[in-house]
Amino acid sequence: MSRIAARFAALKAEGRGALVTFLTGFDPDRATSLRILQGLPGAGADVIEIGVPFTDPMADGPSIQKAGQRGLRAGATVPGILDLVRELRATEKDTPVVLMGYYNPMLAYGVARFCADAAAAGVDGLIVVDVPPEEADEIEPDARAHGLDLIRLIAPTTDEARLPRVLGATTGFIYYVSITGITGTRSADYASLAPAIAALKRHTDLPVAIGFGIRSPEQAAIAASVADGAVVGTALVDTLAATLDAEGRATADTAPKVLAQVRGLSQAIRAAKKAAA
Amino acid sequence: MNKPLPNSLRQGPDARGRFGEFGGRFVAETLMPLILEVEKAYEAAKTDAAFQAEWRRLLTHYVGRPSPLWFAERLTAHLRKNAAPGMGAKVYFKRDELNHTGAHKINAVLGQILLAKKMGKTRIIAETGAGQHGVATATACALMDLPCIVYMGATDVERQQPNVFRMKLLGAEVRPVTSGAATLKDAMNEGLRDWVANVHDTYYCIGTVAGPHPYPQMVRDFQSVIGEEAREQMLAAEGRLPDALIAAVGGGSNAMGLFFPFLDDKDVQMFGVEAAGRGLDTHEHAAALSRGRPGVLHGNRTYLLQDGDGQITEAHSISAGLDYPGVGPEHSWLHEIGRVQYVGATDDEALAAFQLCSRQEGIIPALEPAHALAHVIKMAPTLPQDRILLMNLCGRGDKDIFTVARHLGETI
Ligand SMILES: Cc1ncc(COP(=O)(O)O)c(C=O)c1O
Repeated sequence: MSRIAARFAALKAEGRGALVTFLTGFDPDRATSLRILQGLPGAGADVIEIGVPFTDPMADGPSIQKAGQRGLRAGATVPGILDLVRELRATEKDTPVVLMGYYNPMLAYGVARFCADAAAAGVDGLIVVDVPPEEADEIEPDARAHGLDLIRLIAPTTDEARLPRVLGATTGFIYYVSITGITGTRSADYASLAPAIAALKRHTDLPVAIGFGIRSPEQAAIAASVADGAVVGTALVDTLAATLDAEGRATADTAPKVLAQVRGLSQAIRAAKKAAA
Repeated sequence: MNKPLPNSLRQGPDARGRFGEFGGRFVAETLMPLILEVEKAYEAAKTDAAFQAEWRRLLTHYVGRPSPLWFAERLTAHLRKNAAPGMGAKVYFKRDELNHTGAHKINAVLGQILLAKKMGKTRIIAETGAGQHGVATATACALMDLPCIVYMGATDVERQQPNVFRMKLLGAEVRPVTSGAATLKDAMNEGLRDWVANVHDTYYCIGTVAGPHPYPQMVRDFQSVIGEEAREQMLAAEGRLPDALIAAVGGGSNAMGLFFPFLDDKDVQMFGVEAAGRGLDTHEHAAALSRGRPGVLHGNRTYLLQDGDGQITEAHSISAGLDYPGVGPEHSWLHEIGRVQYVGATDDEALAAFQLCSRQEGIIPALEPAHALAHVIKMAPTLPQDRILLMNLCGRGDKDIFTVARHLGETI
């Protein structure tokens, strides 16, 4: 069983949803980024998503755009991110790691080589924002050959007719985008989440994580109980950014504050009873 | 419309929106259903007689089409002066700078805004570089009573002030974009972000033959009115087709519009002129085809200026309309199969051509077609006098006079 499947199965048995954290690799520098990543499992993150910086992140709001710029300034490259994962994997064996990014840096690295090297570094899944199911053959054969899950986004705009096509191209878990919009700009309408997830669940047995509008522990707890997980990204990135000095460098607060926030999110999720099993 | 021949170069794109390996639909899932909706609506509009008639009516009575074909007699004579005896091709201009709003952009904008109305969209967004596409979109929205938001890089807002004010007069809201180098690429990112957030009521009016399928095809089809007219006009004027077509390439819409109807005319050579900025061998140019590599940006696979890690690098051109690190996917395909030759013209060459055109022909061109003209200036003297060059004079220079004055060291 893949690390992703194993993790969601274990959490289901525990009766709670997953906390999926997103942070951009190399934000604000490699050493701090690694320290935070290494601290995430202990703070309660169940799945670790790492953003691969790109100059033109079309689906991201200002917070994650800036995180990507900081990462690039700190020297993030595709091989650099893979190396970061390798170092994280040296001590963290069980927590699934998912890379989230845009297609062009992977394409420049070479898709086959990227999938091979990512799997070897300890990556479990990929979210390639700008490769929809219509273009899946670009990456699916290589991802599959190396045992990488291809996690896809389902948006509020994804209609019933389209759903089977998207679900058919998804493995690992489904990332349900709770808002129409870019990351971090709106907050989800929680009343409409439960029916939306229930509708989705009629079509798939894959775990569903909700993301894009989740900021607070309360919101994370709701999302993780109506679905199988909550993805928190912008809120963590904002916390990280607020600890930086005037030049955008890490301070002594950076890793501890981010990890404290993760702890808070995790506690809320653990405290929440899973609504419907 | 003619039925394409089996071995025609005019059949693209395929069902996936590909021209060869280029093009496609590389967008986030949130946009995907919308892209498919636009494609469906456009396919229906193509054969909708009422839609086509309304678009043609606007082109005739609002834009002022057909635009004239002009034999640039004084320029031709001037270029012959320094040519060898018997040399110096005849130069013709396709005068799309005479269109309402001053460039070719309005041709495709009117088609797209009609489509948006047909789709029931009530809010229009656009990106702009030089401001010509923004002005055209603001104009069409004023005419058709739709709210219009134009994303424009802050750098471009600065260097294209007249067009910013025009858009405001036309009732559009101009939103300066400060990310990246704050030029056209960044404006397009912001346009896509807006669209993702407002898919239910918004139509994104893209200004060139780029973006996800069906935009490259749709914008090309609308702009092909340029080449269709030019073909007929040239046959009437000279009794034959031109020997070569020359057009500036930013995203590539004016060039595709001129080239497309001639693609199967094997004896017609084609030159796409990219902005070589401070020189093709410097890092400051916008020559995606001459100096870039294939990659994926803004919804399609195409040639891009990028570093070894696949990060997009900044383009540079004196012309805001050419200052883009990518190019439409059909051009990438035409480049790879060798049907069109892509060349460069530097900032300085374009400035010289800008001035020459003004003095020889009494036409102040936009800086974008001044790049095409710079290539004509190099090419014409090397060809016999009975050869015919047809250049797309796709925009007028009113918007550029401040930029040019600054480069010439004058204050106005
Ligand atoms: C007059 C003019 N020509 C050319 C361009 C470049 O676009 P394209 O290559 O799509 O024709 C622009 C863009 O703003 C323009 O205003």
